[in-house]
Amino acid sequence: MTATASFARSIIETSDQIFVLLKQWLVSFLPAAWQPAAGVVLCVAAIVGLFPALFALTTVLERKGLGRIQNRIGPNRVGPLGLLQPLADGIKSLTKEDIVPARADWAVHFLAPLVLVVAVFMGFAVVPMGRNLVLVDMDAGLLFYFAMGASTELAIFMAGWSSRNKYSLLGAMRAVAQMISYEVALLLSTVVVVMMAGSLSLTKIVAAQNQYTWGLPHWYIFTPWGLAGFLMYAIATTAETNRSPFDLPEGESELVAGYHTEYSGFKFALFFLGEYLAMFSVSGLGATLFLGGWSAPFSFLTWVPSWIWFFSKLMLSIFVFIWLRGTLPRLRQDQLMNFAWKFVLPMTLLNLLVAGLWRFMGEGWERWVLCTAILVVAYVVMGRMGMRREHFGPRSYRYAE
Amino acid sequence: MFGEGILKGLAETARNFFGSFVSAERLTTVEYPEQRIAPFEAARVFPFLVYDGEDWLAGLRCVACQICEKECPPQCIFIEKSKDKKPDFVGKPQSYPMRFEIDISVCMSCQICVEVCPFEAIKMDTAFELSTGDRFGGLLLNLTQLAKPNAYYRQIHPTGAAEVDARMAEEMAKAEAKAKTATDAAAKAAADAAATKAADATPAAGDASQSRPDEESRR
Repeated sequence: MTATASFARSIIETSDQIFVLLKQWLVSFLPAAWQPAAGVVLCVAAIVGLFPALFALTTVLERKGLGRIQNRIGPNRVGPLGLLQPLADGIKSLTKEDIVPARADWAVHFLAPLVLVVAVFMGFAVVPMGRNLVLVDMDAGLLFYFAMGASTELAIFMAGWSSRNKYSLLGAMRAVAQMISYEVALLLSTVVVVMMAGSLSLTKIVAAQNQYTWGLPHWYIFTPWGLAGFLMYAIATTAETNRSPFDLPEGESELVAGYHTEYSGFKFALFFLGEYLAMFSVSGLGATLFLGGWSAPFSFLTWVPSWIWFFSKLMLSIFVFIWLRGTLPRLRQDQLMNFAWKFVLPMTLLNLLVAGLWRFMGEGWERWVLCTAILVVAYVVMGRMGMRREHFGPRSYRYAE
Repeated sequence: MFGEGILKGLAETARNFFGSFVSAERLTTVEYPEQRIAPFEAARVFPFLVYDGEDWLAGLRCVACQICEKECPPQCIFIEKSKDKKPDFVGKPQSYPMRFEIDISVCMSCQICVEVCPFEAIKMDTAFELSTGDRFGGLLLNLTQLAKPNAYYRQIHPTGAAEVDARMAEEMAKAEAKAKTATDAAAKAAADAAATKAADATPAAGDASQSRPDEESRR
C-alpha cells in the first residue's frame, strides 16, 4: 500500500519536474565546470524554441477562431484542417524580397525588429512556468520584466523613424503615446500584488498564492482589489501589445500598417513574432501575478503537473485576447487617451489605497464589504463621468456668415 | 455605460463562434473549387453571340450592324462587316460579321451591347472561369469562341430566352403571314394575269407581276 502510494507520488513528482530533470540529465554529460553555462543555454534554447512554436499555433488558431466568430470557416487549405498554414506563411516570409527604402536609415531599420524580439524574449527569463521552472529567479524579477517591456517601445520608434515614411512615423508616434500612457497604468496595477506578496520576485508571488482554504486557492483575482487590479492589468496589457481594440499604431484602415509599413519579408515576420511573443509574455505575467501562476485551481488537482496549469492559463488569456479582437472595434485616439488617463489610471491609484485598507483591516468579512463597495462606487461614478456627453449649442460662425 | 455593451458584444461573438459549429445556416461558405452553386439567372459575366440551328455560321443572328461596337463604353468590340449578304431567320438578306472580337480584359460587363442590339444576337454569358495562360491572345475572344447555340442561352437565362423566343416567333409569324398574303396576292394576280392573258394573250405583263410579290415576301 505504502509502496504504491510512494510510487504514485514519485510519478507525480517526476511529471511535474520533467523538464528540470531532463535538463539535469542532459547537462550531466558535460564536465562540471561547464554545467551551469550549458544549463542556461539549454533553457534559453527551450524558450526560444517553444514560444515561436506556440506563436505558429496561435496564428492559425486565431485566424480560425476569428473566422468562426464571423461565421466563416477560416484557413483550411494547407495540411489537415489548415494546421500547416504557419509553415506556408513562414516559407513565404523567408522567400520574400527584403526591401529597405532608398532613403531609410538602414542600420536602425535593420536593428529595430531584432531589438523588439530580443527585448520581448528577455521578459520570459523571469516568468516561472512551473514549479522550479524559471530561467533566472531574480529578486526583482517584476522590475526586470517591466524594464524589458519598456524597451519594446524603443524598437517600435526605431522602426517608425528609420523607415522615412509618414505612415510609419505616424504609427510609431501613436504607438509611443499609447504605450507610455498605458505603461503607467500597467505598472500601478501590478503594484498591489507586490504590496500583498511583499516581494518583487515572481516565484515568491506565486508561492504566496499557492495556498488553499476549503480546497480553493488564494489567488489574488479572488479578492476585490485583485479583481480590479487584474481588469486594469488586462486593459493596460491589451494596449501595450497593440491588440484590438487598442491597435491604433497599426490601424490598417488609416495607416497602411503603422510602424512596420516599410518592412517586408522576414523582418516583417519578426515584428509579427515580437507582437505575439509580447502577448504570450504579458499573459504569462498576468497569470503569475493574479491567477496563481502554475498553481492548480483546486487543491484536489494539485497532482496535475504545474507547467500544464501555467500553459493552460496562458492559452486561456490568448483565447480572451482573440475573442476581444473579434468583438470590439478600434478606439479613436482621443478615446484611447481619455480612457488611459481619466479612467484606468485613477482606478489603479484608488486600487492601491484599497489594497492598503485590505491589508490593515485584518481578517474578517468587513474588509470584503468595504473594499468591494469602494471599488464599485468609484467604478460607477467614474463610468458616469466618463460617459457624460457634453451638449453643445447650435454652431455659430464668426466670419463665415 | 458600465461595460454591459462590451459583455453583450462578447456574448454575440461567442454565439457566432459556437453556432457556426452546430448550425448549417450560419456557416454559409461554399468551398468553391470543390463545391459549386449554380449561377444565378441574372448573373452576367461577358457577352456571347447567339446562333439558331446547328450550323453556327449560318444561324448567327448578328447582322454586323455595329451598333454594339459604337455603344460599347470601353470600346472592347471589333467588328468587320461582310461584303456579301445571306438570309436571316425570316429569310431577309443581311450582312454578317467577317470578324467579331471582344477583348474580355477590357470588357466591363455593363450589358449595354445586349440592351442596344436590335437583333437579339448578343447576350451575357454566365461562364466565369476564363483564366488563361496567354494574356494577349487568350483574352481576345474571336467569332468561333463567341458563337454559342440558342439552346445554351435557354439553359443559362430561361426567362430571358423565353421572351426572346416568343418575340422572334411573333416576328416570324408576322413575316409568314405577310408572305402568305403576298403569295395569295401573287396567286390572285397570276390568276388575273392568266385571265387577262387568256383574254389579251400578252406574255410580258404576267412575268412582271410574278416577280414583284416574290421580292415583297422577302422584305
